[in-house]
Amino acid sequence: MSLELKNVEKKIGLDTHIYSTNLKLEKNTINILLGSTLAGKTTLMQIMAGLDKPTSGEIWFNNKNVTGMKVQKRNVSMVYQQFINYPNFTVYDNIASPLKITGVSSDEIKQRVGKVAELLKLSGMLNKKPNELSGGQQQRTALARALVKDSDLILLDEPLANLDFKLREELREELPKLFENRDCIVVYATTEPSEALLLGGNTATLQEGKIIQYGKTLDTYNKPNSLVSAQVFSDPPMNIAKIKKSGDQCSFLQNDIQWKTRLNIKDGEYKVGIRPHNITTYKEGKNTLEIKGKVLISEISGSESLIHFTNGNLNWVSLSNGVFQKNVGDEMNLYMNTDEFVYFDQNERLVSNG
Amino acid sequence: MAKVTLKGLSHSYLKTQSSDADWAIRGVDIDWNDGGAYALLGPSGCGKTTLLNIISGLITPTKGDILFDDKVISGLNPVERNIAQIFQFPVIYDTMTVYDNLAFPLRNRKIPEEEIKVKVHEIAEMLELSSTLNNRASGLTADGKQKISLGRGLVRSDVNAIMFDEPLTVIDPHLKWILRSKLKELHQKINRTMIYVTHDQTEALTFADQVVVMHEGQIVQTGTPVDLFEKPKHTFVGYFIGSPGMNVLPCQIKGNDVIVNGKKIETHQQIKKSNFNKTEVGVRPEFISFSNEGIPVKVLSVSNTGRHKIVDTESETGKIKIIAKSNEDIPSGSAFLKFKKEYTYTYGDSWIIE
Amino acid sequence: MNKTVNQKAWFFVIPVFVLVAFNAIIPLMTVVNYAFQETFGNNVFMWEGTRWFKQIMLSERFHASLGRQFLFTFIILFIQIPLGIAIALTMPKEGIGVPVCLVLMSMPLLIPWNVVGAMWNIFALPDIGFLGHSLNALGFDYNFTQQIGDAWFTTILMDVWHWTSLVVLLSYAGLRSIQPAYYQAAEIDGASRWAIFTKIELPKMKKVLTIAILLRFMDSFMIYTEPFVLTGGGPGNATAFLSIDLVKMALGQFDLGPAAAMSLIYFFIVLLVCWVFYTLMMRNEEKS
Repeated sequence: MSLELKNVEKKIGLDTHIYSTNLKLEKNTINILLGSTLAGKTTLMQIMAGLDKPTSGEIWFNNKNVTGMKVQKRNVSMVYQQFINYPNFTVYDNIASPLKITGVSSDEIKQRVGKVAELLKLSGMLNKKPNELSGGQQQRTALARALVKDSDLILLDEPLANLDFKLREELREELPKLFENRDCIVVYATTEPSEALLLGGNTATLQEGKIIQYGKTLDTYNKPNSLVSAQVFSDPPMNIAKIKKSGDQCSFLQNDIQWKTRLNIKDGEYKVGIRPHNITTYKEGKNTLEIKGKVLISEISGSESLIHFTNGNLNWVSLSNGVFQKNVGDEMNLYMNTDEFVYFDQNERLVSNG
Repeated sequence: MAKVTLKGLSHSYLKTQSSDADWAIRGVDIDWNDGGAYALLGPSGCGKTTLLNIISGLITPTKGDILFDDKVISGLNPVERNIAQIFQFPVIYDTMTVYDNLAFPLRNRKIPEEEIKVKVHEIAEMLELSSTLNNRASGLTADGKQKISLGRGLVRSDVNAIMFDEPLTVIDPHLKWILRSKLKELHQKINRTMIYVTHDQTEALTFADQVVVMHEGQIVQTGTPVDLFEKPKHTFVGYFIGSPGMNVLPCQIKGNDVIVNGKKIETHQQIKKSNFNKTEVGVRPEFISFSNEGIPVKVLSVSNTGRHKIVDTESETGKIKIIAKSNEDIPSGSAFLKFKKEYTYTYGDSWIIE
Repeated sequence: MNKTVNQKAWFFVIPVFVLVAFNAIIPLMTVVNYAFQETFGNNVFMWEGTRWFKQIMLSERFHASLGRQFLFTFIILFIQIPLGIAIALTMPKEGIGVPVCLVLMSMPLLIPWNVVGAMWNIFALPDIGFLGHSLNALGFDYNFTQQIGDAWFTTILMDVWHWTSLVVLLSYAGLRSIQPAYYQAAEIDGASRWAIFTKIELPKMKKVLTIAILLRFMDSFMIYTEPFVLTGGGPGNATAFLSIDLVKMALGQFDLGPAAAMSLIYFFIVLLVCWVFYTLMMRNEEKS
């Protein structure tokens, strides 16, 4: 089973919403579309589903051209950010609804709904109405409805965005397991890089209607092909600074911090991308650089501390393990792990990482 | 500004109460110092909003007293209590300018226009609203509007406490940290009692010096972010703070020994009593490492989040999660786990045994 | 989002189009036809150009009825809008009172218009009507069939009775949609009741109030049945509003040409006022 977009382009009036896109999606893994709001994730999904037609280009499903085929004739399920269920149906009837339309026997419906409900931990609440459920359970019901019919294509448009932090964590862990043994293609849109990493699978980074990079999630993260891809795939945002290289010496343009490099590239100006977790309050790695910072704020999330600070005229973000409470305006020393620096040329293409 | 004390507060929305579940909050005692930054943290339905409404005077508690500066004020209405409140979504007066919005509470109190001018400009400066003072408030973005709501609380000098009810709900994710740092900075500058209610651990831990964690109507722990992370007093705190949360495993206590999966383990505290219905051991994923001996487990899966690996393992009595470095080699199949002694606690009926 | 184009949808539009043609376009075209021609029956027509329009525009009778019409509309808007808001503000916000009030409020709206006219006619009769009799018993010299002032008073009272509920219901809906947090914040800010009304309630009701004003303007400007049944336009022509005057001209005197011209002018006045009102409203919307 495969889904392929060939030179798909979408224009509305004079605005290009999706630039010419080629993408081949695989089954048995989650295909993640990662990008900020308005990057084109939803438009792309609607084109895949057949809810929207591309201005030009073709969509091939199982080596058959399905461009322009209506969504009713395709076997597609979709789950949205909002919890969309039939308010007057019980959970059971909600889950059973896609099967009733296709005329499956009631015995089989009963058996399949029971199985999916079990999988999504809804067995105890089949007779309740959606408004009696918590947000997490409502979204589980919507997911169950998408899973109960054997769709060829399941589209999930930021399904966890409206859930509480802890519920999100729970469901995110279960999701990849739900799709493991299904003969279908799963597409998952999200704005959160950490979510993509936790879900695994393949990731396409998107920005302003363009697919920047597509590949195995961890590869896309570790080897960004460009600065844009690295920025899309970094949360908190990647720190970017201009540097100068001459010989084996590199230095920031905005201060006098210098370090040695084994980079085999021409001398000149480059940009360096530093992920927040490579700037820490403690030394990590073999080659570290000290940087002075004036604290803007320290944010604490469970066991990690994000320290936003200024150095020169740049704002920096660091991420350290442990709880560090700092007052606004405090001066402090932080350490950068130069082995993890990512270098880009003037055109923002990757030249080297590490 | 005032010191806020809550004594033996309980509240039920029902007329008669037969079990603990009938109480929205029960037995709440709190001492908040004048000028402190506090947070009430818990999932939806834990009673934090009820507590907030009791403090602001919108709900009269079934039992207990509220004291400001050691004076009982339980009978006063919201206006007489002089509390400023910032709601989930910004409340502004649409037809007025930003200046008039900020001046409104002062004008209502018949303060001379000259004095108002000075005060409004001072607060606008602090909130970076100076340039928009003459604009219609309805034209501002959500974060600007939320700053106005906050500003109306700050202009008054007679406010006893400022309360925030999930104030960042409608703010764009990338603006959240900016507003968060603004709040923190403001607190450092003006030193007023601020109470922040949220379900988001990052917001609570970042904002507050003291965090009150609520669960099923009760306070389960009050402490600094470090306390909550390093020494959870209740298994719920362990679960709710940190991502992923603390591992909780059933254990047996025999004499002074703590036994998990048939193995004796070392814990932080000496066990003196053991007459509990349920005894458990809690240890965070950050404080577990692979070893040559210890608790035998089976490694189920590994997800690499770029900055670390989250390893799922299964022991005889339940799943155990481990956080490992991203470059660490993870054994496959069978392995042994070692818990860090100083961060391993035993819990009796969900509460820490001390 | 733009949807898949499906030309078949046009088939669904055809019935509506046919229906609209019969009930709007064809009658309107007939009126246009009469407005520019003279007829003496037997389907004989003579081209008159804009003669009827000039005649109507210059006629004092038209000016008088137009004046009466505007006066009437302004008076009833002036009474009904504030009164409607005031009643909505005093209505209960929860409990059994809510449905009771809503049902009571809707009652006048459910009565057919000619019945309203007939009811008020009987109610206000100076000799046997409750209102007329009581007023006279109290020493007022009241007779709506004879005195111009009384006729206006009765007509306005009837319209207020009939239509204020609509404003109440719309305002009530607007008020209910204001989040409680606004009231809490205003209380905390120390706002007076009047300030809460002017700074929160009124701005938040703006949308429904514009709809209320627009609806009440259109309805009252085209009012016919109730005053026709109540006063028949009298005494004299004192309550002959535009529509009553128009019917008199068309069916009473059979001046089809001028009546047709007047209909069109009438139609354009309503259209113009609504358009001006709508654009002002939209511009205001964009600003905020």
